[in-house]
Amino acid sequence: MSVSAALDASKTASIIADFPILARKTSRGKRLVYLDSAATSQKPNPVIDTLVQYYREYNANVHRGVYEIASRATDAFELSRAKVADFIGARSDELIWTRNTTEAINLVSASWGAANIRSGDAILLSELEHHSNLVPWQLLAERTGAHLRFIPVDERGLLVLDDLDRLLDGVKLVAITHVSNTLGTIVPLDRIIARAHAAGAVVLVDGAQGAPHLAVDVKALDADFYAMSGHKMLAPTGIGALYGKRELLDAMPPFLAGGDMIRRVEYRHTTFNDVPWKFEAGTGNIADAIGYGVACDYLANLDMTWVREHERRLSDYAFQRLAELEPRGLAIYGPRNASLVSGAISFNFADIHAHDLASILDTEGVCVRAGHHCTMPLMDKMGWAATARASFYVYNDERDVDALIDALEKAAVIFKL
Amino acid sequence: MDDFYRDYILDHYRNPRNFGHLEHPDAVAEDTNPLCGDHIKIELRVDDQGKIADIRFSGKGCAISQASTSMLTETAKGMTLEAAARLTKDAVLENVGIGISPTRMKCAMLGLRVLKSAAIGTIAAWPDEE
Ligand SMILES: Cc1ncc(COP(=O)(O)O)c(C=O)c1O
Repeated sequence: MSVSAALDASKTASIIADFPILARKTSRGKRLVYLDSAATSQKPNPVIDTLVQYYREYNANVHRGVYEIASRATDAFELSRAKVADFIGARSDELIWTRNTTEAINLVSASWGAANIRSGDAILLSELEHHSNLVPWQLLAERTGAHLRFIPVDERGLLVLDDLDRLLDGVKLVAITHVSNTLGTIVPLDRIIARAHAAGAVVLVDGAQGAPHLAVDVKALDADFYAMSGHKMLAPTGIGALYGKRELLDAMPPFLAGGDMIRRVEYRHTTFNDVPWKFEAGTGNIADAIGYGVACDYLANLDMTWVREHERRLSDYAFQRLAELEPRGLAIYGPRNASLVSGAISFNFADIHAHDLASILDTEGVCVRAGHHCTMPLMDKMGWAATARASFYVYNDERDVDALIDALEKAAVIFKL
Repeated sequence: MDDFYRDYILDHYRNPRNFGHLEHPDAVAEDTNPLCGDHIKIELRVDDQGKIADIRFSGKGCAISQASTSMLTETAKGMTLEAAARLTKDAVLENVGIGISPTRMKCAMLGLRVLKSAAIGTIAAWPDEE
């Protein structure tokens, strides 16, 4: 083992100890080999403890009470906003709490979209998009008479940018993923955003798979909107965030209406609160929002450059080991190059359907996702009915890849390959 | 779940019986498993006495959905439409002869749901939810 690999191993061992679920056994007595972090990540003790502490010690509504625990809750809630914003290089007055990426994208399509998209406008997406960054734009296009265009994907799962300038002609909005959840492809955002801006378009990035795995600086990227989900980056479910450039957010109409998002209400008229609260109607997800800040602290402390390098190293190892099974019918999809993918690998094994494969892996404690991964159009285009997907995160190591390979060997025996 | 994949199941998966299409079917139904996107279509030819004279299924899916549908077509052949409409999930479970985990129950029931839909001429309930 090289020195850097040894250092990586000892760091990973201490990370694993922070995730209590990873010490558990399945009902068959198998070690839990969690390879589905692209669906949702596991949670470390500091995040779990934060939730318990909030409910035990200072549960109170925010922005309202004058008493001690209410001000403690408000401080923690807003401090967490600052931490999550800082994690992606944003200011806290540009970061809106949402439930998840899906809600963040819907906020932009409902608010910015209604105010800015007109009949005949074009919206440019890519063929890699998750349903969350596709269906809201289909609905907006139906409502407004706008039309959708797509940056094509090639057979390796890489975007084809040759025709980008032509595709951008007349485009008002580009909505594009940072990382493909199905193939792991890292999208070259810097090139796309620069050319989109040159063409006068606003750019929304679906960061659901970007923020958890890559060092993100929304200012350096010059993204106009960046949407993300806490639950995929060590935070609880039910909390996500939308970054938006301040001048865009200021000009946008509210999304949901009600308490908290107002400054002054009369029976027939309301003036709205400042950004970001203008977009946060009703009591928010206080405990989970506070947990999100703790998750970002945890990741920042690991250092996102290390996280990326750890996952690159692990993907590299997984590609190598999976290749051993290729003579027996294993097919790997997507760019087979660890530098081009972020911790997610899709595959199929001979004529074993992905669901059967996932069921057999499950008997060995290995958790993988099987199906269309909420990217049905991409699957149709590639001609895949379903794939199995293994995805990695900070708490995975080579042992997990080995367990995956062993379980695949078992599947080969059961299916008599 | 690993003991599910017995020889006869794999045989039905790899060599499905009554697979394909009928020239002029008297009844047709199809459905998709919302969980995984697996799709099954069933076509029936019905004789004068209301019996299923011939049956074909088509579609793509996992071993559980393919094998259970393949076996089900053998069960259904010669049955009256009324009898096919009354089939319950037990018919499928008896055919496969092995326990199905709750997470895969929909896979096993998809073919039966489609058969019952074809028999009654409208979308049938999920057999495991009846
Ligand atoms: C690329 C991508 N976009 C959007 C989403 C939606 O995330 P959420 O379900 O947290 O809103 C996901 C999660 O599956 C994703 O992987």
